[in-house]
Amino acid sequence: MRPILECQRLTKKYGNFYALSDLTFSLDRGQIVGLLGPNGSGKTTLIKLAAGLLVPTDGHIMINGLAPCTDTKKIVSYLPDRNFLNEHMRVRELLSFYKDFYENFSTERACKMLDSLEIDRHMQLQSLSKGTKEKVQLALVMSRVADLYILDEPIGGVDPAARDYILRTILTNYDENASILISTHLISDIENVLDRVIFLKSGQLALNASVDEIRTQYGKSVDVLFREVFKC
Amino acid sequence: MPWNLDDSRPIYLQLMERIQHDIVSGVYQPGDKLPSVRDLALDAAVNPNTMQKALSELERSGLVYSHRTSGRFITDDSTLLKKIKTDLAQEYISSFLEQMSHLGISGSETLEMIKQTLGGGDNETNS
Repeated sequence: MRPILECQRLTKKYGNFYALSDLTFSLDRGQIVGLLGPNGSGKTTLIKLAAGLLVPTDGHIMINGLAPCTDTKKIVSYLPDRNFLNEHMRVRELLSFYKDFYENFSTERACKMLDSLEIDRHMQLQSLSKGTKEKVQLALVMSRVADLYILDEPIGGVDPAARDYILRTILTNYDENASILISTHLISDIENVLDRVIFLKSGQLALNASVDEIRTQYGKSVDVLFREVFKC
Repeated sequence: MPWNLDDSRPIYLQLMERIQHDIVSGVYQPGDKLPSVRDLALDAAVNPNTMQKALSELERSGLVYSHRTSGRFITDDSTLLKKIKTDLAQEYISSFLEQMSHLGISGSETLEMIKQTLGGGDNETNS
């Protein structure tokens, strides 16, 4: 089967600054991949390119063999790294909003997640705490039956107990043909859930290996390796 | 019981050891059906592909076998189970002896201390 995400010599420049340069890798189906790197290493740029919010300066990025377009947006469920919803909307309005937008949105799955997280569906988004807003957004994104989930910093503001729940939800809902690309700084929290990790360093690929390859080769966890590779 | 995975070693190896331990210690009985990969992965909070790998490795060792349609089962080969139990015990003893020798306690002293703990356990703990 063709890879769900493929980058070939992908380059993105902002003015004279190379946010990504000459990035080549592919992401297989059925994998959960961590996109790791220090601040400003190009993680969000890569994600925005995959989501079709940015256009490459050079090279290609392909989702299921297609350049990002309306068709790829149908199969990609994207969680941005910031609030992207109308703050005045109530949670239940957001549910029907998502249902209108996406054929593959499962209201049932979303309701189940919101209930487990004890989120009141009558609340307006603006009256929720930062962490709760993040939970709502993640619940919406994970409730689409997509081929590729791209999550940009999904669990940063969420408390550790809810973090565990969210990771379990990701494991429960994930089907074997879907892939998840997840950018985060909370490596030790998600390390056991990942198949492989991609390290970005100043817009370039520093490492692309499976978690157990790293542990076998270096005798240390991804979290510890990261701290060494990117020591300030 | 939490899975308590440590940070430095490959995850699939630790999963194998844990399941092996559960089989030998009788959490799973010979001939029992193992939970599904997904359920085990959820329980251990690990990636399902990693759990799959651990189970495939256990299959290769003969400790579990898979039935095309109905899932994975624990072997009922009592000789194999016994051998694995002995191997595991041997491993624990070796690592214990190694730690004792790090403390500078010789083999015969260790043996003496074990005998004391086993035999005189009542006197010592009740004091």
